[in-house]
Amino acid sequence: MISSELVDLSRLQFAVTALYHFLFVPLTLGMTFLLVIMEGAFLVTGQQIYKDMTRFWGKLFGINFALGVTTGLTMEFQFGTNWAYYSHYVGDIFGAPLAIEGLMAFFLESTFIGLFFFGWDRLTKGQHFMVTVLTAIGSNLSALWILIANGWMQDPVGAEFSYTTMRMELSNFWEVIFNPTAQAKFVHTVSAGYVTASIFVLGISSWYILKGRDIEFARRSFRVAAAFGFASAMSVIVLGDESGYTISESQQTKLAAMEAMWHTEPAPAAFNVIAIPNEKEQRNDFELQIPYVMGIIGTRTFSKEIPGIAEIKEKNRHRIESGMQAVTAMEALRRNKEDVAAKEQFEAHKSDLGFGLLLKQYTEDVSKATPEMIQKAVDSTVPRVAPMFWSFRIMVALGFMFAILLALSLYHTVKGTFLKQRWLLRWAVLMIPTPWIAAELGWFVAEYGRQPWTIYGVLPTHLSASSLSANSLYGSLTGFVLFYTGLLAIELYLMFKFARKGPGSLGTGRYYADQQAH
Amino acid sequence: MLDYETLKLIWWVLVGALLLGFAIMDGHDMGVGTLLPFAGKNDVERRIMINTVGPHWDGNQVWFITAGGAIFAAWPLVYATAFSGFYWAMLAVLWALFFRPVGFDYRSKIENPTWRNTWDWGLFVGGFVPPLIFGVAFGNLLQGVPFHFDNDLRSFYTGTFWELLNPFALLTGLVSTAMITAHGANYLMIRTEGDVYRRVRSASLIFGSLTLVLFAAAGVWLSKGISGYVITSTIDPNALPNPLDKTVVTETGAWLKNYSLYPATMLVPAIGFLGGLLAIVAAKFNKPLTAFVGTSLSMLGIIGTAGVSMFPFVMPSSSDPRSSLTVWDSVSSHLTLGLMLGATIIFLPLIIIYTSWAYKKMSGKVTAEFINANDKSAY
Repeated sequence: MISSELVDLSRLQFAVTALYHFLFVPLTLGMTFLLVIMEGAFLVTGQQIYKDMTRFWGKLFGINFALGVTTGLTMEFQFGTNWAYYSHYVGDIFGAPLAIEGLMAFFLESTFIGLFFFGWDRLTKGQHFMVTVLTAIGSNLSALWILIANGWMQDPVGAEFSYTTMRMELSNFWEVIFNPTAQAKFVHTVSAGYVTASIFVLGISSWYILKGRDIEFARRSFRVAAAFGFASAMSVIVLGDESGYTISESQQTKLAAMEAMWHTEPAPAAFNVIAIPNEKEQRNDFELQIPYVMGIIGTRTFSKEIPGIAEIKEKNRHRIESGMQAVTAMEALRRNKEDVAAKEQFEAHKSDLGFGLLLKQYTEDVSKATPEMIQKAVDSTVPRVAPMFWSFRIMVALGFMFAILLALSLYHTVKGTFLKQRWLLRWAVLMIPTPWIAAELGWFVAEYGRQPWTIYGVLPTHLSASSLSANSLYGSLTGFVLFYTGLLAIELYLMFKFARKGPGSLGTGRYYADQQAH
Repeated sequence: MLDYETLKLIWWVLVGALLLGFAIMDGHDMGVGTLLPFAGKNDVERRIMINTVGPHWDGNQVWFITAGGAIFAAWPLVYATAFSGFYWAMLAVLWALFFRPVGFDYRSKIENPTWRNTWDWGLFVGGFVPPLIFGVAFGNLLQGVPFHFDNDLRSFYTGTFWELLNPFALLTGLVSTAMITAHGANYLMIRTEGDVYRRVRSASLIFGSLTLVLFAAAGVWLSKGISGYVITSTIDPNALPNPLDKTVVTETGAWLKNYSLYPATMLVPAIGFLGGLLAIVAAKFNKPLTAFVGTSLSMLGIIGTAGVSMFPFVMPSSSDPRSSLTVWDSVSSHLTLGLMLGATIIFLPLIIIYTSWAYKKMSGKVTAEFINANDKSAY
């Protein structure tokens, strides 16, 4: 049996490397489109200032992008190094979007980003604009494919288990691609990236305005960011993730945990604005509710029920008991493929195989699992409520703050009064780091919320890890943390340095920092 | 759709093609990194070298990422077993590669000699370490790797990191390093002039010759001192993949069998030598483009030789030979292989077209004047 220490360390390493990587992804997703807009303005108007904007914001984008590439390398290989059994068990499905991501998206993004930085004197205006557009398309397509892969982990459609090859095998790729869970995730994630980039540009531009420097440059940047950001913030909220949460069982489990819904309520359910979840007694010690709201948001109806934690667990108990039959039959078939009785038993219970595998954490011989083990397994099928509840709430609260900031910014942009709204500009500066907090919390809700599974209902996390020693993990985890933290410190140093210097860092002689230097 | 057996064979060729693409494209960047601290004697010279690959290194690195993704999709058992088994070697590659994106992008953003010199050595590590380790990995694959599967097909690697650094594997590691360095030198000859050109031309001649000598030595060692692997049970190439369904024995000289069985395959090592010779002669006569084609062919031959010698094995197991992974039993399902072939047929030609366009647009010598004129925007 794999030690839980090893599994926990592997999870921690994945979380650390993914969360670091995700510090750089949202800005890339959004900045590329902001650069498209700025360069589009240059293409149409021919005004030099728009080219300078593209180049300066592109420079900051590049500093961020370098670490996105660095930390992204790990992600492509870590499934193999640390999640070997996972890679074997679902590589037939999960590997395909990753490979297509490389072929379709990474090549496009990475080839053209070089031309974006170095092609200004070699390409015509139109060619350069096309290069910027292709970079943006490439980076957003890569988000699409990775979220198709991740959506499949949440909602494994279009695949079937084979006991001969001892793994999941693809049966319908279109179902995997058009998985509604994946599509909801994609829209939510890229919009969040657009908001991140908008607030980044908005905040830094506000700082220049507050300092009274590079006003023309900052004014235009602010306007672009406010308009693009507001549209994106609306998309995060309207096309928000919540609607995706009733699609599948895994999402229903997450929904119950992050809403602290211990029991199914009559439809439409109330929304807990604030609650103090009590894990031990499986109830809330305190609740502040708005009636009906949860049911309406969650199901878009007045009549559909949203299942609560107790009911979900009860359903899972049956699935675990049925899964025990599936595991026993599968093991018999591994010994003898011609065992007719086993085949029949397997066919009857195969949809619960993953639930049976949950028991492997407690015993090698699943057929002999005790009622205590089954109870433990049942309890493990819903993630802990408090971390889910609060992460989700902070993320949503931040999301609404972004929407308000961007709405007010757009309002004052349209009225042409934003240069004088110093409170708004100061607020925009203060908001710069917050989209990253929201993005990291979003990752946490999605991934922690899927526990105890790597593939919901199919493969438990504790079976997924590579058979490494815990010492290897202590070593590699320490290495990653040190390496990444050092690189992040360098990145932030450069980012602050060039953001402070502003467009003068282009050395064109037209901006504030150029004048200071003379 | 093509039958399963054919798809399995096609994917063996395609994985080889992606590795070759990686060696040719990312390889020349890595060669530049390896030569950087030695062939660039001052800041401007080093910036010249870096900027020859400045617009392209990131696109080229995607060959590495895509090869990883394709192995995941087409050979999931190989991806799982090799990457977790070679854990510390893989991490060493990753951590070495970390220096490249940041090294390229951050190095020239600050005018401080210590800062720049540190990143130059970072770029050296990022260029030197990965080819060395890949060479070492191939050396170990040729000898067999100590791993086995349990009945659930969970893999267990029972060796240590230090065992990977055995004499034969170190030799193949040097073959790989010399080959990549020569290739990078040939690329630099295309894109530079003056002192840097003269230095990298010498490097091309030295490392080009060294590659051939070491390749020959590895060949002799392989035929005399390394036992290969043979499948002794009958294999149904169309069967569902299950590596535990076969029996395998080790046999001296088994890795030469394919050459006598299919004499045409002798062309593969021959291309390794002839391409290398072409590169040396072309470098000698100052024909850098021909030299670059020469080292590319040579890499085709050298990587191909490892593949053909082991075929149908991909990752033989020294401790439990029947667990060995082959092109027949480490693959994805019929549907996935077919689908991924479709995706490759659509996208690979596109990639080659737009990459060629990017190189064409950025072609020409990188000069000191260019660096001085673009002090703020060049790497």
